[in-house]
Amino acid sequence: MTRFFGTIVILGLTAIPAAAQDTKKEIQKYQQMIAEGSPVELFELEGETLWKKPQGPHNVSLEKCDLGQGAGVLKGAYARLPRYFKDADRVMDLETRLLHCMTTLQGRSRDEATKRVFGNENQPSEMEYLSAYVAGQSRGVKLAAGNSHPKEKEAYELGKALFFHRAGGWDMSCASCHGEDNKRIRMQELPVLHKPQAARPIMATWPAYRVSNSQFKTMQWRINDCYRQMRYPEPKFASEATIALITYLTVTAAGEPYRGPGTKR
Amino acid sequence: MAGPMKMRATAQGGFTEVRVLMTHPMTTAQSGQPLHFIQNVTVKQHGKTVIEAEISQAVSRNPVFSFRLKGGAKGDKIEVSWLDNKGESNTIETAVA
Repeated sequence: MTRFFGTIVILGLTAIPAAAQDTKKEIQKYQQMIAEGSPVELFELEGETLWKKPQGPHNVSLEKCDLGQGAGVLKGAYARLPRYFKDADRVMDLETRLLHCMTTLQGRSRDEATKRVFGNENQPSEMEYLSAYVAGQSRGVKLAAGNSHPKEKEAYELGKALFFHRAGGWDMSCASCHGEDNKRIRMQELPVLHKPQAARPIMATWPAYRVSNSQFKTMQWRINDCYRQMRYPEPKFASEATIALITYLTVTAAGEPYRGPGTKR
Repeated sequence: MAGPMKMRATAQGGFTEVRVLMTHPMTTAQSGQPLHFIQNVTVKQHGKTVIEAEISQAVSRNPVFSFRLKGGAKGDKIEVSWLDNKGESNTIETAVA
């Protein structure tokens, strides 16, 4: 009986690494399957309709919106954001720039345009649809967020400082979860985002569709929700802090060909 | 108003590979909201019905269908349409690439 028991223990021990390998493989298989059946393209189509739809007091569309590559140029624009915009004298990410175009081109008030920036599964937001459409026009283009203008460098440094800055009720920083190798929450691996090799595949696939809740999520939402999870006060949409963090992460991921909008678990 | 659909059809080795995306809430009984789901999916190849499917609430929100049809050549017309339990419908047509 003792010998029999010993055999089982040995088998059990050798089985552990194999099972861990299998789990990782199975997760990858699952991720590939959800990517193949992704409804991301439907969000892009809806976004295109919104982009071309006249809105606001000026009753114009966003087609003349300058995302950094010239008025109305969409190809590769997302891959080069965030960047410094002379007309606004600040660094802007995609959503901040879209908001800028809504207030300047379309003449909408900031309050009206930001009333509902994050949607839900029953009613996605305008920002979500537009982000899907604009980001989709950068597929295959290498990420190259602005990192030469003094204000771009300032945003990068501020983002980096915020990434490691511990505060809030639980004394957490972004690095508390995203600062150590081989950590995960349930099935979700936690990328070490200050390392380029980890930041690259992540930044190249956001914004993204989440199959678990059928929602399209933007980068501003991602930052906002990380702050919620860390129990900080809610950061303002399109604020200096959120733009700085997005700048820091995108600059860290520089050079990776954009292949989003992605599909997440 | 039914949301957009998207379809891709490619001819390969005697088959036509079709992938079609549909925008639909696919509301189930569990949600507590009125049932709203696609009931019928029809696929036509060159105007001739080749698939008539009945699906249920078990299918996800914004579903994607992927299937192979026998035969088919470049330029063939493929038409996919759905009809839900509220009588709403949508259709998309594409040429095989």
